[in-house]
Amino acid sequence: MSANLPPSTADAARTAPVPIRTPLIRLDGVSKRFQLPDGGGFDAVKPTSLTIERGEIFGLVGKSGAGKSTLLRLINLLERPDSGRVLVNGRDLTALDKRELRDARRSLGMIFQQFNLLQNASVFDNVAFPLRIHGQHEKATIATRVAECLALVGLEDKVASHPAQLSGGQKQRVAIARALASAPDVLLCDEPTSALDAETTESLLATLRDINATLGVTIVIVTHQLAVVTALCHRVAVVEDGRVAEQFVLDGTAPATATTRLGRDLLRLNEAARAGRAIDFAEAALA
Amino acid sequence: MPEDIVAILPELWIALGQTLLMLVIGLGSAVLVGGPLGIWLFLLGPGQSLDNRVLFAVVGWFVNLVRSFPFIILLVALVPFTRALTGTSIGPVAAAVPLSFAAIPYFARLVEQNLREVPRGVIEAAQAMGASDLQIVTRVLLTEARSGLVLALTVLAISFLSYSAVAGVVGGGGIGDLAIRYGYYRFQTDVMVLTVAILVVLVQALQWSGNAIARRIDKR
Repeated sequence: MSANLPPSTADAARTAPVPIRTPLIRLDGVSKRFQLPDGGGFDAVKPTSLTIERGEIFGLVGKSGAGKSTLLRLINLLERPDSGRVLVNGRDLTALDKRELRDARRSLGMIFQQFNLLQNASVFDNVAFPLRIHGQHEKATIATRVAECLALVGLEDKVASHPAQLSGGQKQRVAIARALASAPDVLLCDEPTSALDAETTESLLATLRDINATLGVTIVIVTHQLAVVTALCHRVAVVEDGRVAEQFVLDGTAPATATTRLGRDLLRLNEAARAGRAIDFAEAALA
Repeated sequence: MPEDIVAILPELWIALGQTLLMLVIGLGSAVLVGGPLGIWLFLLGPGQSLDNRVLFAVVGWFVNLVRSFPFIILLVALVPFTRALTGTSIGPVAAAVPLSFAAIPYFARLVEQNLREVPRGVIEAAQAMGASDLQIVTRVLLTEARSGLVLALTVLAISFLSYSAVAGVVGGGGIGDLAIRYGYYRFQTDVMVLTVAILVVLVQALQWSGNAIARRIDKR
């Protein structure tokens, strides 16, 4: 891998500064098959390898049923792969026992399309949840950390509210604060904006971008909304039929051609976005 | 006040105490034994953390088995067991044995059904944060299902208030027993009316408090 080679001074002089990238997540030949009630099987993820680098925002885009969510859920072992390895920070999660895995999951925050907050717990208790389950009982420490995380998502004033009293966008912000509470390296996002309107989506993406930039948290985001990818991601993989069909860098150095239809749509939209045209999130959503 | 009622007043207080005693023991064992049994049954279910098709079927079958007995049959069938456990087969404590026996699987089933209402995604979110199975039970399942569980306990309490009347057959005593002995066998209609009225008030009070508590703790 070229990122691991020491750059020669000549190279460094010739090229624009390239951030040093180091792999943070490596999916190594992972696959996942689901048993169907009729006795058959469904290959959600066919043997696939993927590397996600520290500090980047990586998109997984694809149609419904393409396997992108399963691929994401393999990263924190919400789905255990039938084959292959899942390396996070060089550690193979599939080789860990239950207790070690629970501990490793502290560095992998996750948010969901349906927010998945505890409805009967206050915003404070939701954000404190990951701290308490990992043995933090010091009230002052918890209160400080909860306040910090709620400040990151701009919800300091909702600390005593319950989720039912919040809007969809606010609920997702609480979910982000909760995911950040244990200071993870990675934030896994499973369709985080799909239940939100266009305006809320934009402001939530700004928050995610901000978290990536200021905290250096690596973000992996699954979405079917192409506009979300172009607005947020540094790199993207197109997932089709349980496989990574192709990958692009979305910083303008992307190849002009794509092999999948979704890839071509994505590049066209990305060019338009880079040309400064405002993106209509509602329209640009994948049908 | 009619003299029939005056005559049974001392017995009425004792009967009230007996009813209360049977309910406390029956509901207590339902919560302490049936509660964990229901949680276990839920966790054995498809897709849950202890997913085990065979055990799930066996425990479910056992729960259904006990629940299919008409209570009066259970009461009689359990007499040897009751005698072994309490040393006697008569009195409210003895009657509380079959009551508990019936209440445990009843409540277990209600608990299991209520836990199923907790969205799968919330459990997953807790798993993704590194919560243990026990933490998911106490901090997610019981927290999220708590108002439903209170209502389940209310249903159970009301059912078993009326079951406790049947316990009179084995000398269990209680309000229901009083109604049968005086109101029914001795044709003392005023005693019948009084005891039924007391039961009506008890049921209404139970349901009202159950609803009030459930509403208060439900933030969903």
